[in-house]
Amino acid sequence: MILDYIGVKEINGSLIVLDGVKGASYEEIVDIRLDDGSMRQGRIVQMEGERIVVQVFEGTRGISLGNTRTRLRGRPMELPLSPEILGRVFNGAGRPIDGLGAIFPQKKMNINGSPINPVSRVYPRNYINTGVSTIDTLMTLIRGQKLPIFSGSGMSHNELAVQIARQAKITDEGSENNFAIVFAAMGVSNDVAEYFRRSFDESGVLQKVVMFLNLSNDPIIERTLTPRCALTAAEYLAFEQNMHILVIMTDMTSYAEALREFSSSKGEIPGRKGFPGYLYSDLASLYERAGMVRGKKGSVTQIPILTMPNDDVTHPVPDLTGYITEGQIVLDRSLDNSGVYPPVSVLPSLSRLMKDGIGKGYTREDHSALQNQLFASYAKVMDARSLASVIGEEELSPIDKKYLEFGKLFEQQFVSQGPNENRSIEESLNLGWKLLSSLPRSELDRVDDAILDKYFAPYEEKNAAPSDDDTPSEGGGEAK
Amino acid sequence: MQNQDIIYGINGPVVTVKNSRTFSMMEMVYVGKERLVGEIIGITDQLTTIQVYEETTGLRPGEPVYGTGSPMNVTLGPGILDNIFDGIERPLKAIAEESNSSFIDRGSNVSSLDEERLWDVTLTVKEGDQLKGGDIYAECPETAIIKHKCMVPPNLSGTVVKVAPNGKYKSVDEVVTLQDAKGTLHSLTLCQKWPIRVPRPVVKRRQPVVPLITGQRVIDTLFPIAKGGTAAIPGGFGTGKTMTQHQLAKWCDADIIIYVGCGERGNEMSQVLDEFAELIDPKSGRPMTDRTVLIANTSNMPVAAREASIYTGITLAEYYRDMGYHVAMMADSTSRWAEALREISGRLEEMPAEEGFPAYLPSRLAEFYERAGFVDTLNGNEGSISIIGAVSPQGSDFSEPVTQNTKRFTRCFWALDKALAYARHYPAINWTSSYSEYFNDLDPWYAKNVGEDFIKYRKRINSILQEENQLMEIVKLIGSDVLPDDQKLVIEIARVIRVGFLQQNAFHPDDTFVPLEKQKLMMKVILHLYKKARQLISASVPISGIIESGLFDKLVKMKYDIPNNKPEMFDDYIDEINKTLEAIVNA
Repeated sequence: MILDYIGVKEINGSLIVLDGVKGASYEEIVDIRLDDGSMRQGRIVQMEGERIVVQVFEGTRGISLGNTRTRLRGRPMELPLSPEILGRVFNGAGRPIDGLGAIFPQKKMNINGSPINPVSRVYPRNYINTGVSTIDTLMTLIRGQKLPIFSGSGMSHNELAVQIARQAKITDEGSENNFAIVFAAMGVSNDVAEYFRRSFDESGVLQKVVMFLNLSNDPIIERTLTPRCALTAAEYLAFEQNMHILVIMTDMTSYAEALREFSSSKGEIPGRKGFPGYLYSDLASLYERAGMVRGKKGSVTQIPILTMPNDDVTHPVPDLTGYITEGQIVLDRSLDNSGVYPPVSVLPSLSRLMKDGIGKGYTREDHSALQNQLFASYAKVMDARSLASVIGEEELSPIDKKYLEFGKLFEQQFVSQGPNENRSIEESLNLGWKLLSSLPRSELDRVDDAILDKYFAPYEEKNAAPSDDDTPSEGGGEAK
Repeated sequence: MQNQDIIYGINGPVVTVKNSRTFSMMEMVYVGKERLVGEIIGITDQLTTIQVYEETTGLRPGEPVYGTGSPMNVTLGPGILDNIFDGIERPLKAIAEESNSSFIDRGSNVSSLDEERLWDVTLTVKEGDQLKGGDIYAECPETAIIKHKCMVPPNLSGTVVKVAPNGKYKSVDEVVTLQDAKGTLHSLTLCQKWPIRVPRPVVKRRQPVVPLITGQRVIDTLFPIAKGGTAAIPGGFGTGKTMTQHQLAKWCDADIIIYVGCGERGNEMSQVLDEFAELIDPKSGRPMTDRTVLIANTSNMPVAAREASIYTGITLAEYYRDMGYHVAMMADSTSRWAEALREISGRLEEMPAEEGFPAYLPSRLAEFYERAGFVDTLNGNEGSISIIGAVSPQGSDFSEPVTQNTKRFTRCFWALDKALAYARHYPAINWTSSYSEYFNDLDPWYAKNVGEDFIKYRKRINSILQEENQLMEIVKLIGSDVLPDDQKLVIEIARVIRVGFLQQNAFHPDDTFVPLEKQKLMMKVILHLYKKARQLISASVPISGIIESGLFDKLVKMKYDIPNNKPEMFDDYIDEINKTLEAIVNA
């Protein structure tokens, strides 16, 4: 027998309280019909005996104590899935909004997912070639990794994400057709969502994209469901349909703020900056859904994008994200202002999984040594710059001046590249060696001699013969 | 017989039971029809509060709660090693096989240890023997290198009335029957249960005087840890906490490694599984997994089990310590554990103290770290537990409560530094803000086993680094060119120490583990160059000449150029330094 419960006992923010409810289960979905005929959905978030607290996804506007009929659905939130979801557009709660009708489900899956058994995980080792020098060389993206972009408002994170999605190449044979993108927009403006859609369309991949859109004017509580729906779709495609899925989630900061709003309306004790104490666990329950599992061909790779309020990397959202994800790509405001695209701040960026996915058999044997050396040398550039800002460039020692020169070239030629420029890993690595050749060989203390002889020496000689002056002009031609 | 009640309220992992007098504090219970594991954490006359170790989605008020009558405990017996458990000792491999799924479902009811496996047991007692708690009554090879010793539970003693013959037994088979003073018979199998929140008793704690040798130069030389000691590794994300923990787990000279991945990444756990299976222990020629236990509560696994995972880990560690082994426990990361405490505390609506953490955070941390130590066990062996806990401070700010409180209860502090990590200086242990309080305890051991020089060299190295630190303040303001030559030399030699000695490459076959003898000789060569160069400079030889000789760069690469098994090559270095410098003087 299906019972409708008439009216509610209490309304508080997005929460309604019902009393005398029998047989409800925790986190069950309820349908709420208003007297005007409109339907809303909610989820049970707290229970005490027959008193239940329901979170209404669409918000409580228009609900009064007497104008609703609530019906229990008997199930937790599930997403209907089939291979047809490719090319479709859904709202943040997983309902189609592209006018193409409902999904005829092959399977329904709980959007909360289940944790992957660590024993069943395959340690990710295959790299994804993104065609972006800084990422491929210094923070290589690995299939099954979660690598967020830490950005700020107004920086070109969206362009970078699109470029990665467009250029990402999986290096195995025969997996080209198996690649798809799941895109989750949380609290971004319509323009941004439209930019992503248009870019996917232009590069001809739109039929391989599933979009979940919760734009900035959509209900906030629905936002807490959006990444879960997207990841459930991604897991389905990856582990049931054997596809390689790249999940782009933007903007995680809006997601966390939605969670904060929900938490405070429930009256929970706030943690840092008002975010709930379980923000870490909650973010982890999203990010940890990346990976590969034994016996399945597919993979889920995540690129969450988050804007750091006030460019502050110690803000709880980027901070906790950094502790969960396997590295981060940090964008830098001053590089962005000086016109460098992509404005990747090299030193704080990192990929934790790259060490086992690069080198001989994956990329090239000198990769690890080169990236080490580039990081170390670029760190010295920073020292030289801070010294120069105190005592002036003129007073620097000759070697420090060389570092300044190297830093300039590195940013203009290596970090900077065109939004449509797709560099192969070979090109990127060679470019790295070439730039290092503006430093004397004795400064390259992270590389052993065999590698230096093989990869560095060709550039070293070329550079030694003419005077130092012609390096910048050479660079000028290449920077776009 | 079962004491039973029904669910009243549900809020995340916290479930309440109304008007119940059934359960006792810290009792383990099964919640709901799916029998989810939980623990009683609060009792008032109206509400009993249960923390549930699994997802509570789908539970209904009115479903049953079953009591077990005993506190949250783990099963101790053969089969623990070479295994991977979740936070409450459920075997993840067996769960994966049984459920035939890559995901963890709820309510899996798989026993902790493989009860079907046969062990080759040798009984070490005979009828009529008097046994007290902790005494060993049987032994079996648990893996190729570790012999498992079955011990009488600490709270039991009596006379052996029946002994099974040597042979193959399952872990639940009775092998010895014990009659206590009251005449009650107790059957002893190969395994026993122990509550995770209660430390296992020992006879006496000893002063730790033996170092835990890690093969990592910055640790062994500058900030050593004793066997039975405690260390904290704080560091922001990306500074290499996990990497350092992995290196220590792989190379430290403990017999047993307990690695607790507490709220960390799933991919990291699979990396540990892969790497440890491939890594061959140099001493025994067997894979590392033969002496390792992994406890994995990845960050998306239930938060309540995260709180328990640390206790599960330390209880397993104590069990092996009691057999007379030296155990090293890595906890990565204790901040996640503290956050789990905070999360549960918040759900219980307790009054928060600093930054929302409960007021009992320091006492919980202290309780945990105090379970480390070098002890005389009940059966007359000696064993130790060293705890190395990673701390992930919020916003890399070391003044937050978890770091500060951990600092109070650990005696080594290996502070990881963001700037070093950015420059890819690994291990990124900052030599000015880190410390070890074990110097005085360990110096006699170093003097006896590595030589008095070792201590002397260490002090020199330390003072050069301190001196460099002060000079760098000046350099940052006015550049290094203005310094007099003797100070330039300090900076140059400190660079050799930093790059050539403190920095260590975990991926280099020789450099990943360096024996103490080589560490000492490396210091010796570096200090020799320093001494000679200083003599030259005081004789007004310009430093540029010494730098151009390439000696400094050569010493930087010494760690790669000299294999670990050829210490005699260091003499060639000393000769070369002497000759090269002489040539400079004569020129």
